[in-house]
Amino acid sequence: MKFKTFFWFVAPSVFMMLLFIAAPLVSVFLQSFQITQPVLQQVEVETCTPGFLTQTCTTELKTIPIIDEATGKTLTTTEWVGLQSYRNVLQMDKVWAAIGSANFGDIWQIDFWKALRFTLMFTLITLPLVIGVGLAIALAVNNAAKSLRGPVIFISLLPFIITPVIGSLSIYWLFVGDGILTAALERWTGQDIAMFAQAWTIELLMYFYRVWHVAPFAFVIFYAGLQTVNMDTLESAIIDGASRFERLRYVIVPHLMPLIIFIALIHLMDCYRVFEEIVGFRSQAHVISLQWLTYDFLVPDDAGNRAVSRASASAMLTMIGIVILLILPLRRTWRDHKGGAH
Amino acid sequence: MYLKKLALAGAISLLGSTAFAACSYENDVPLKSLSAGFEAWKAVTDAMAECGNFQAELDQEFRTKQPAAFEANPSLYHIGGVSNGTITPLLNAGTIRPLDDLVAKYGENLTPNQLIRVDGKIMAVAMMVNTQHLMYRSDILADLGIDTPTTWDEVFAAADKIKEAGVVDHPIGATMKSGWNLAQEFVNMYPGFGGTFFNDDNTTAVNSDAGMKALATMKKTLEYTDPEVLVSDSTYVQQQFQQGKIAMANLWASRAGAMNDENESQVVGKVAMSAAPVAMDGGAPATTLWWDGIVIASNITDAEADAAFRLAMEGLDKDMVTSANEAAIWLVDGYVPGDLAKGAIATATANPAPPPYPSTTQMGLLHTALGNELPAFLTGERDAAATLVAIDESYTTAAKEAGVLE
Repeated sequence: MKFKTFFWFVAPSVFMMLLFIAAPLVSVFLQSFQITQPVLQQVEVETCTPGFLTQTCTTELKTIPIIDEATGKTLTTTEWVGLQSYRNVLQMDKVWAAIGSANFGDIWQIDFWKALRFTLMFTLITLPLVIGVGLAIALAVNNAAKSLRGPVIFISLLPFIITPVIGSLSIYWLFVGDGILTAALERWTGQDIAMFAQAWTIELLMYFYRVWHVAPFAFVIFYAGLQTVNMDTLESAIIDGASRFERLRYVIVPHLMPLIIFIALIHLMDCYRVFEEIVGFRSQAHVISLQWLTYDFLVPDDAGNRAVSRASASAMLTMIGIVILLILPLRRTWRDHKGGAH
Repeated sequence: MYLKKLALAGAISLLGSTAFAACSYENDVPLKSLSAGFEAWKAVTDAMAECGNFQAELDQEFRTKQPAAFEANPSLYHIGGVSNGTITPLLNAGTIRPLDDLVAKYGENLTPNQLIRVDGKIMAVAMMVNTQHLMYRSDILADLGIDTPTTWDEVFAAADKIKEAGVVDHPIGATMKSGWNLAQEFVNMYPGFGGTFFNDDNTTAVNSDAGMKALATMKKTLEYTDPEVLVSDSTYVQQQFQQGKIAMANLWASRAGAMNDENESQVVGKVAMSAAPVAMDGGAPATTLWWDGIVIASNITDAEADAAFRLAMEGLDKDMVTSANEAAIWLVDGYVPGDLAKGAIATATANPAPPPYPSTTQMGLLHTALGNELPAFLTGERDAAATLVAIDESYTTAAKEAGVLE
């Protein structure tokens, strides 16, 4: 293709990517090293509040921002603070103190590390499950009678088309309090069950929900891949006396390997940004994730404060985490790619 | 059958809306408002809408949208619905206007109690008060021969008896969903033990004796609540009450009306309200006072502000209150306090009275710090002393970033 043609083909998407991905990223990167504050003054203010029937007035010293007369906006100052926001998020001093005194449990008291622990566990535990369950469904469908395949594919795809927030809310409602599934479990075991009262049951539900939700995606990809397995190789394997498992292990899985890597990549990227489960399950008291932490910094409180600097730092740390996680599978893909070119 | 019910409901709602006296004038300036979405706001904005050319947005996320929307020029909304918690960013940014001249012009029916003065200027007009107070199953307490608890110790004693009798799943309900709700529980309890939130230099004073006592009381509550209490918000507690699963709760007065809603509630007429329990002898009820009211944007023309205020006064008139008497503890002239309002009024008029929720920048920061650090204490991961230190540290970090502390 001529360079000019190529250029006009990709120019719109490159432009969009620069505008909507690169520019915000640079902005967040810069903001993570800055702190923007209003210029504050302390003034004595008398505030009157209604009671029932009469008012109470109190005079107190209030800290309020200065408003610029000319523009009508609050005056702000922006300062470069280096890694201060990162220090505020990571709280390394406490981490070292905890390691120094061998109280490793204290590390999980710090929001960032608590969130990192869950995010990593969540990502790494669901990854093999999603690939395994996806592959199992694909094999089952592939071996099912032709007339059954359509309906089975349809049904197994359903979880994937549910909006994640709605899906997690449904699971929450099924189990919270005397939700129908908890009530059923209680009748069956004869015990009082509270799924949302401790961290480990919530985490179990989260793993279950994510696998249930994402496995159909893996299934579709694998099912497509299974259609291209070389029948000659498979038949010769049968003639050589390979068992069902050996055929899977030595013929099918190697054939699907690029797809497995692909799904692993997508899954790592998606899972590291786990968020819907935290909000849907209202699990903040027990379990939080990195993405939720960033969100929590950004949400303004009643007085309108947002911790934008810490949110930026936390977002950058999340991105660094994803990059580190992706290095392994990406290197493999790169090697395969170079090998394939020979 | 279903159709019949639907038709009946339609007819009744029509009746309801004609009960409002039609607007006394025709509004010809297009106006918009943004407020919270609870029943009282619906009544007020419905009454305003009768004058025409008015669009109301009722949104529980209003607190996130309001500061930015009012900062736009021209402002995206003319009228804002605020509480003493959410007025702070608007006051700080100067995006709401003083109302003195408008009150002089249209406010002849307002009582002095409704005028929210900041630094001598009227910045908002309050329409209702809200507070958390004790709601209890009067039938259960009567059956077991328990007097209405007035202190938290009595609440726990009553809870012990109810637990023993086994008449409900959990004796106490609590709005302890981690985050804002849980923090609010502490904000109620802590002044009840005589604690103050801040020192003069804006550092927080929660790491104190009163703080330890407040935490101990909150932890004690857990013995009597649903084990999943850390996910339960006001609506969840309201439903637990309605379904007869709990017997007592320190809950918002604005939720009282739902107890007698025959479509939802199985305990109609069985839930009574009394003043919020006190935490210590001679102390104020362990709760905070809130008001809800209206503000007018700065970034609109004077003519628009004039029309907006006139319309708001139409919404806050006697007719509206008469037709929606049970929707809130109204401050508007013409309100007749019913049984459901007894508890809230007893709370607000108690001596010493509970403090109003402080509308300051620092309180917003502290509220967030509380909401994030308290769960670890209640799940038992951290002891009380360490939790208070963590709250202090978390507040200090946030306050430095916000520029409140050096």
